[in-house]
Amino acid sequence: MSAPDILKPYLMRIEKVKEEAPDVRTLRLAFADAAQGEAFSFRTGQFGEYSVFGEGECTFCIASPPTRRGYIECTFRRAGRVTSALAALEEGETVGFRGPYGNVFPIDAWRGKNLLFIAGGIALPPMRSVIWNVLDLRGDYRDVTILYGARTVADLVYKDELAEWQRRPDVRLVTTVDPGGETPDWQGEVGFVPAVLDRLAPASQDTVAVVCGPPVMIKFTFPVLARLGFAPADVFTTLENRMKCGVGKCGRCNTGRYFVCKDGPVFTFEQLKGMPQEY
Amino acid sequence: MTAMENPNRLIDRQGLARLFARWRGEGRRILAPRRLADAGPVDFAEVTSPDEVSFDHVQTVQSAKSAVFPRVEELFSFRRRDNSVELRERDLEALPLTVVFGLRPCDAAAFSALGAILNWDAPDRLFSARRQRLSLVTVACTRSDEHCFCTSLGGGPGSTAGSDLLLTDLGQGGFLVETLTAGGSGLLAGAGSLPPAGAAADKAARLARVDKKFDLQRIGPALAARFDDEAFWAGQSLRCLGCGACAYVCPTCACFDIQDEGGRRLRCWDSCGFALFTLHTSGHNPRPRQSQRWRQRLMHKFSYMDERQGTLGCVGCGRCSRACPVDMSLLEHLQAVAEAKP
Amino acid sequence: MEELRSKARELLASGAVQVVIGYGRGSGGHARALFLRDPGRAHELVYDGSCLQNLCVYLLKPEVRRLGKPALVAHAAALRTILQLAAENQLAEGALLALLPGPGGIETLATFAAIEERVAALDHGLGAGEKEELQRQEAMTLEQRRDFWQEQFSRCLKCYACRAACPLCYCTRCTVECNQPQWIPVPAHDLGNLEWNVLRAMHLAGRCVDCGDCGRACPVAIPLHLLNRKLAAVAEESFAFRAGRAAKADNALSTFKPDDPEDFIQ
Repeated sequence: MSAPDILKPYLMRIEKVKEEAPDVRTLRLAFADAAQGEAFSFRTGQFGEYSVFGEGECTFCIASPPTRRGYIECTFRRAGRVTSALAALEEGETVGFRGPYGNVFPIDAWRGKNLLFIAGGIALPPMRSVIWNVLDLRGDYRDVTILYGARTVADLVYKDELAEWQRRPDVRLVTTVDPGGETPDWQGEVGFVPAVLDRLAPASQDTVAVVCGPPVMIKFTFPVLARLGFAPADVFTTLENRMKCGVGKCGRCNTGRYFVCKDGPVFTFEQLKGMPQEY
Repeated sequence: MTAMENPNRLIDRQGLARLFARWRGEGRRILAPRRLADAGPVDFAEVTSPDEVSFDHVQTVQSAKSAVFPRVEELFSFRRRDNSVELRERDLEALPLTVVFGLRPCDAAAFSALGAILNWDAPDRLFSARRQRLSLVTVACTRSDEHCFCTSLGGGPGSTAGSDLLLTDLGQGGFLVETLTAGGSGLLAGAGSLPPAGAAADKAARLARVDKKFDLQRIGPALAARFDDEAFWAGQSLRCLGCGACAYVCPTCACFDIQDEGGRRLRCWDSCGFALFTLHTSGHNPRPRQSQRWRQRLMHKFSYMDERQGTLGCVGCGRCSRACPVDMSLLEHLQAVAEAKP
Repeated sequence: MEELRSKARELLASGAVQVVIGYGRGSGGHARALFLRDPGRAHELVYDGSCLQNLCVYLLKPEVRRLGKPALVAHAAALRTILQLAAENQLAEGALLALLPGPGGIETLATFAAIEERVAALDHGLGAGEKEELQRQEAMTLEQRRDFWQEQFSRCLKCYACRAACPLCYCTRCTVECNQPQWIPVPAHDLGNLEWNVLRAMHLAGRCVDCGDCGRACPVAIPLHLLNRKLAAVAEESFAFRAGRAAKADNALSTFKPDDPEDFIQ
């Protein structure tokens, strides 16, 4: 009896396609084999390898929370060969999925703490899973603050969910667009995420921060957090690196002693300090 | 009789011929070093008789890793059916029984490093199935060259680690045969009765001399201390052309790519030396300079693998240095690392 | 050799160049590329029969360009390479000094015109062994050649040492690195290997200066240089053009002239 094939994907049916922003879409996927779907579980922070058979595989986080069963979601921007192929598929078509891979956001350890979520642009998807996971277990956590920014209003993803978070009294949502990205009826902030964070000046006491965004945003956000008193071990991020196997064997995502696919994608800033900047 | 009880024996060329015939009769594929043409390179090829096998070379160009980690390997095939897809897995039972004959002790030791990579945490089905069907009949080294450094890494020209059988050429057409595993005992069954090796069979006297060239204990700490020294890595790698020759001939390199093609998902060799290896779709490259890629090669083999998988990613076979078009001698560079003043 | 070392010392000490790209002693006593920056280490330079590598491959490498203006220890093939790179707008006038060791001492060639003059006077013919090797190929029937090359390419690893060693393969993003579409398959199977090698030969047709480094670089001893050598000869027949003779030249395969032969159009 041989071991299960770790490089063989589950077959998934596209249940729903949602265009989030120009070139950005979300796919809701259901297991073609219901029994596999029943047996499947994952934890927030994990990712998968999504196949278009004949084109290849692509790495995305699982953007839906583990608290919602029966499907998984991924959100991506059309950029290369596989994402272009995914962007052309319709509901009912079949893709592949391998996972769940990687480590998790330690949300159990965060119980009783304030949570500060900071995301930029297309980096909201990795955070969406953990945000919904937390909101589905709302009583376990204290203050939940979300700061999300994009280049322009059109580039904001999950617009419906942003509206939902805005309406909730137990969530503080601040959205911002880059200067020049606002529309005449824009009600949110205008400014780069690090600048808005600085103005917001959230308390760091008993607070865990999660920051996901393009490298330049992270570069300027972390010093603001440090000024506000956040310790590097209390600031989490997700790293991205070129991947193929997703299970620590092909060597591609190896960064220092770490493999982003096995030791990540969730890392604290404390861990980043001990890692070569090869991501 | 267990491998432990099996005394060392002697075998001659006729005995080897009987073994090859028996192995072939059992449906085993035999891979052995064969010289390409007169004065040409020696490389592993499928053979049927020991007459085709080269015994007078120091080392083959390529390693024997293709026996468990082929250059191109189908993972599964797929076919579209309306909106759905059918996946067809590989039939592991159809994988061939294989004997690699004539590999060197460094090569035999390399298979455990490959396993440490490919079976890390979760087993790799294809690699494991091939490894299970593989027997290693190693021939000890009676010659070495300046590129060999097995002894600096804990190996040696007569080392038995990883082999099923180890043959040592005693001269006059005879070999000493050491049986290391039960599988090795089984392999010898077809040779008929082999005389036991007496006291005169002096293996040590026949082995090549491979002096220790650097102190391995210094390498790990020296690499860590040198990590941010851009000038050091740039100096070492200036003539490197960024091809994949070193990784592809290496017996312990197992980095791979996955490509979909013609209804099949294929796994194929890849190298961290290529700029494309780490390139993001966005155009961002975490290792944009050859000096960083060269550093990665050394760090991965001599630091990261040791720390995470408990084994070095190198056996000192010297192939990378021999194959390199521009003489990037790994041995020389390791010596420089070990001796570099902080 | 001592003259070469003195020349290198002088050039570096005066600041005329910042690096001398030459040969040093490597494994097994063979020569290998050396990047000399310190005039005090000029004794490391060597020049002998093992100095075959075409050092021009380093002229376009960013890491080497950053070192500053080079002097390059050149042989006939390297001089041809410099001219072809110039013809393809990859080298500017005055970008380097070519140092040509010869019986009369070291010639320093500072301009493309000087290099052209020197190249015109040199013998670029094939040696007896090389002629024989090519004739053996040409004597084969089409079927024999197909079988020969299929067998050779079955050993190809797609390590791209041939591409990496070739000074004319300077594209920063090679055709094989494009995946939309994937023109040439990545895995090293027989068809992909054939396609890769034929593609490279075609991309060099009319540009190859026949230095032979590709064949020397191949770790599994495939005589790839024969493909390039043959195509260079075909290009000369078809277009009356030999790469590496002039610093200003049109590309043979992509330049249209009204009087191009059209006898193949029926």
